Amino acid sequence: MYPDDLKYSKEHEWVRMNGNIAEIGVTVFAQESLGDVVFVDLPDVGTDVAQFAKFGEIESVKAVSDLFSPVGGKIVEVNAAAIDSPEVVNEEPYGTGWLIKVELADASQLDDLMDSATYQPTLE
Amino acid sequence: MTISAHAGDIDRRLLMDRSVTGRKAFTLPDSDVPEQNLPDSSFLRDDVELPEVSQLEVIRYFSVLSQLNFSIDTNFYPLGSCTMKYNPKINDELSNLPGLADIHPLQPDETVQGAIRLLKNLQDDLGEITGLPGVSLAPLAGAQGEYAGLLIARAYHNARNDSVRTVAIIPDSAHGTNPASAAMAGLDVVTVRSDDQGNVDVVNLRELANENTAVFMLTIPSTLGLFEPNILELTKIIHDVGGLVYADGANLNALLGLVKLGDLGVDICHSNLHKTFSTPHGGGGPGSGPVMVTDELAKFLPKPVAEKTDDGYVLATPEMSVGSINGFHGSFSIAVRAYAYIKALGLEGLQSVSENAIISANYIQAKLRDKYDLAADRYCMHETVLSAARQKKRGVAGLDIAKRLLDFGIHAPTMYFPMIVDEALMVEPTESESKETLDHFIAVMRQIDDEVDSAPELVHEAPHDLPVTRLDEATAARKPVLRWTAD
Repeated sequence: MYPDDLKYSKEHEWVRMNGNIAEIGVTVFAQESLGDVVFVDLPDVGTDVAQFAKFGEIESVKAVSDLFSPVGGKIVEVNAAAIDSPEVVNEEPYGTGWLIKVELADASQLDDLMDSATYQPTLE
Repeated sequence: MTISAHAGDIDRRLLMDRSVTGRKAFTLPDSDVPEQNLPDSSFLRDDVELPEVSQLEVIRYFSVLSQLNFSIDTNFYPLGSCTMKYNPKINDELSNLPGLADIHPLQPDETVQGAIRLLKNLQDDLGEITGLPGVSLAPLAGAQGEYAGLLIARAYHNARNDSVRTVAIIPDSAHGTNPASAAMAGLDVVTVRSDDQGNVDVVNLRELANENTAVFMLTIPSTLGLFEPNILELTKIIHDVGGLVYADGANLNALLGLVKLGDLGVDICHSNLHKTFSTPHGGGGPGSGPVMVTDELAKFLPKPVAEKTDDGYVLATPEMSVGSINGFHGSFSIAVRAYAYIKALGLEGLQSVSENAIISANYIQAKLRDKYDLAADRYCMHETVLSAARQKKRGVAGLDIAKRLLDFGIHAPTMYFPMIVDEALMVEPTESESKETLDHFIAVMRQIDDEVDSAPELVHEAPHDLPVTRLDEATAARKPVLRWTAD
């Protein structure tokens, strides 16, 4: 449910590093709490986002929630599949349901995030 | 072909699907005025599909639809934060009196003195009830009342050359309209936390309040249905830094004749006439959200404000008014209904309204607390926020419980709000309901809790006995069908 190779924020987003590119999405806990996701609003490629700043919105049948970026940097890619078929966020939150990719500005920001073993107890 | 008979079958065809070419519901009389050619007829189209049906077909279609509806006239409707109380029929009768119904907003004031006097009296009554004597009836809904109130706050600061105040402080438990209205009014929203008792975190508020604070928006009682025990300290913190206090009056039904918002240090509030003062609600609106302020702020009120002068009653524009916030004077016929309600009950009656609303909510809370978690374990005001967290662990969500209630002829409570409560079910019975109705609701809620273990599929798949059963809300939102097509 919470892969070891990811880093987690207390706002229930995850980060997967690939070189200096951070792939970002929401956790299983987040998508289960939200329920069926019906709409995802993501920023334009090329915009900058600060660490822990809002980068978009996610709407489920229950509520609209803000999305917060676990790391800061320039947004280099957004997931069109998540916009066109929001159900992928429920189905594969760590795979096809990713949301944005950010060019990491400062690698030390990763130290502000949790590993799987630290994140999971916060969900109790 | 054999026709199968089902008593009570509902004709589910849409009006468009009943259309037969050439059928009419109404025939216009011959024109008795000279014909005019349109200057530009290019916008006239004949490819628009409109239903062609008889008058009887139209009547049947809408009559049946109205019978399928849940309403306060047909069902118990404990929709938290919405105050779905009985709307006395005499309100409608009075608002339909010709002298009140057959007048025009542009008539000269001297020809509608009685109507303006009624508005002035209602302003005075709302001022007395809230302890905030400056009143404008112009806002057409609660959120517009909020917006008007925030414009007043900005105008007040600007008039004092204090325009650096751009921040609205809003609790994390607030109605979503609060931050939305603040953003509309050009203010930046800062969120103040709730403490573990469900109150505004006083320490956090003190950290956030400063010389940039324009206004602090507080719902009284809170959206958790709770009295805010530190209210005097909260309003003092804001006043000490030069800010104003705005009270969201959505929950005013708990305070009538008991507490005046002005006495608590509130500077501005709104009231939803369609909640507290028994005027029609929701799709049956229109709403009305008068804004009330201190004497000091009255000169900023939106226009018009009814006033009594030596020459009679007039619709006036306050000296430094924030202007019009909609056309005309607000919802006049709704004001008439609210006035009728206030005059029918009197001060003593209004006080019993709030007392009985509070007793009813606490009765439900006391009778359900062993089965359902409480958002806060203490006496509530006019509504109680339950949590289905225990049921969720056993496999049934708050949503399922809300849907199951429909099978018993009970409208669902407000769900998943306030957002700081897990699996929230917000129950507001109002003063209108008898003890028998409350006991029925309590029995049903207890039975549903049993069903979570004994027959979970009953709850998961509810409702079973309504014209439409469980809706696929996710597909409806992801792939909405918004337009009728012939095939």
